[in-house]
Amino acid sequence: MTETHVQHSRGPASAASPQPAGGPSAPGGTAGVVARRRLRRSLLHLVLAVVAALYLSPLLYMLVTSFKTSAQAGSTTPRWIPSPVTLHAYRTVLGATDSPVLRWLLNSVLAASAHTALVLATATPAAYALARMRFWGRTAIFTAVVATLFVPPMVLLIPNFLIVNQLAWVDSLPAVVVPGAASAFGVFFLRQFFLTLPGELEEAAEIDGCNRWQIFVRVVLPLTKPALATLGLLAFLANWNDFLWPLYVLLSPESLTLPAGLANFQSANTIHYDLLMAGAVIASVPVLLLYVVAQRWVIEGVSRSGLKG
Amino acid sequence: MVQRLKAGPSAAQERRPRGGTPPRAVRHRWWTPYVFMAPYLALFLTFVVAPVVYGLWISLHDWDINVPVKPFVGLDNYRELFDPDGVDGPRFWRAMRATGVFTALSVPLLLVVPLLVALLMNGRFRGRTLYRAVYFAPYVLGVAVVGLLWRFLLDGNIGLVNHYLGLLGLPDDLQWTTDTPAAWWGLVLVTVWWTLGFNAVIYLAGLQDIPAELYESARVDGANAWHRFRHVTLPGLRPVALFVVNSTLLASANMFGQSYLITTGAPADETKTAIYLIAETGLRRFEMGSASAMSFVLALALMAASALVFRIFRERQEDR
Repeated sequence: MTETHVQHSRGPASAASPQPAGGPSAPGGTAGVVARRRLRRSLLHLVLAVVAALYLSPLLYMLVTSFKTSAQAGSTTPRWIPSPVTLHAYRTVLGATDSPVLRWLLNSVLAASAHTALVLATATPAAYALARMRFWGRTAIFTAVVATLFVPPMVLLIPNFLIVNQLAWVDSLPAVVVPGAASAFGVFFLRQFFLTLPGELEEAAEIDGCNRWQIFVRVVLPLTKPALATLGLLAFLANWNDFLWPLYVLLSPESLTLPAGLANFQSANTIHYDLLMAGAVIASVPVLLLYVVAQRWVIEGVSRSGLKG
Repeated sequence: MVQRLKAGPSAAQERRPRGGTPPRAVRHRWWTPYVFMAPYLALFLTFVVAPVVYGLWISLHDWDINVPVKPFVGLDNYRELFDPDGVDGPRFWRAMRATGVFTALSVPLLLVVPLLVALLMNGRFRGRTLYRAVYFAPYVLGVAVVGLLWRFLLDGNIGLVNHYLGLLGLPDDLQWTTDTPAAWWGLVLVTVWWTLGFNAVIYLAGLQDIPAELYESARVDGANAWHRFRHVTLPGLRPVALFVVNSTLLASANMFGQSYLITTGAPADETKTAIYLIAETGLRRFEMGSASAMSFVLALALMAASALVFRIFRERQEDR
């Protein structure tokens, strides 16, 4: 969305000296500048491409290893092409009864989806009220919500475990779905978005006889779709990848999410790197697919989280 | 940056003060806003506000989840943390030291390397979006996958890292997962690889918000590239940098998964971070009073560090 700025800011295009507009003075100089610029640019591309390839190579090696035999995966001379190519690791991982990877995958999908829905359903109306309505206690509530962005999360760990235990949620999915949805980030993020919406549409809808709820649902929400998509994606990813909390609050093998399951899986299969990498690939594929499809919104959401509106 | 919706008919209306209620607020019943707030507030009170108070209360008790009697012990749990001859004290400060070492090593790298990446990406060239997506990609994987993968790559005997170090004629027998200081550098390397894209993307958004006119007038004044970076780019990044410094500091001080999966705290709990110890003490050994006390000491240390960062940024601003 800021593509238009880009050409003016620092970078190879504008770093080169201003070009003469043509005319009698030194046509050879212009050619020199263009050539130099082209050289710089291909050099930049070369550097970026090499670094990007190196950067992704660990992920490629993970994929490659998952198609090896155990002996090959543990060999001291690493090979980038498995021979023979085998699905042995996947068959073992998916068939293991003590580590039900498919069940973990299902749990992760359910937990992350439910968490996302809960975040959107609670944060959206709250953020809207904070942005657009006048009521007693509004400033106090908003201040309290923002203040918790500065509370280091580790102080919540032990008491939340006890609260979740009181609710009899330990070792079940609600434990990894609900508490995290209390985070202040969603409310803060959406409030900033609502403040940028022009108020005229809401005023017009009121004149047409809509009540506040109808205005919210029919006028405001359709305009909020991009922000909701972004927040939803961030919430899904955060929940999918959450590690410490599920590791301690989920206990039995069939109730684990993928990250907690993989950690147990690692301690049970320390030397079987083919199995471990197959498990890691299974855990990565869903989020990587989501990322490939929705990369723009994820990155946009993250970059906006750093800018206070 | 956020103002993408230009649907408003008049420019004057758009320039309405942010942060306040719109001038002509649409009318509503007095209880409507509370209905809108209620679901979120219920979560917020139950899982954020109550736990903070509850946690303080727990830290004043000898609290074990399995023991019905939880005697009030006042500040004893805190006192024990500062007792050099006790059990919890030395253990806790060793973990605090681990958190401190990791933070001190990782934060500078996580501030500088992503800035360099963002500067490289801040041009207009083909494939820019693709590169940005590549550098961000590891971040979406989560620490479980990252930890598993690098436990393998950093393995002292069969790991790729040692193999390629050997090919380069460097020492190829470093025990990244069991020996310090190699373990520290391994943990830092993994963290930089994993989260670099996050900071880079935020820096990039900040770079793109710096008005182009500033660069042009600097150039007219004869500023060279270094001067433009020093006097236009860096000051322009200040608001974003404050966020990046703070969030990186917090994230590093919260480091858990890398240590849990790659070193399991080895050697001899040297890389066992404070949050790791808190989780083990409270949620494995169920000494919840002691673990809560630890979490509040750690939180206070972090808030002090954050406050210091804010002050440094404010002072710099006044200098100018």
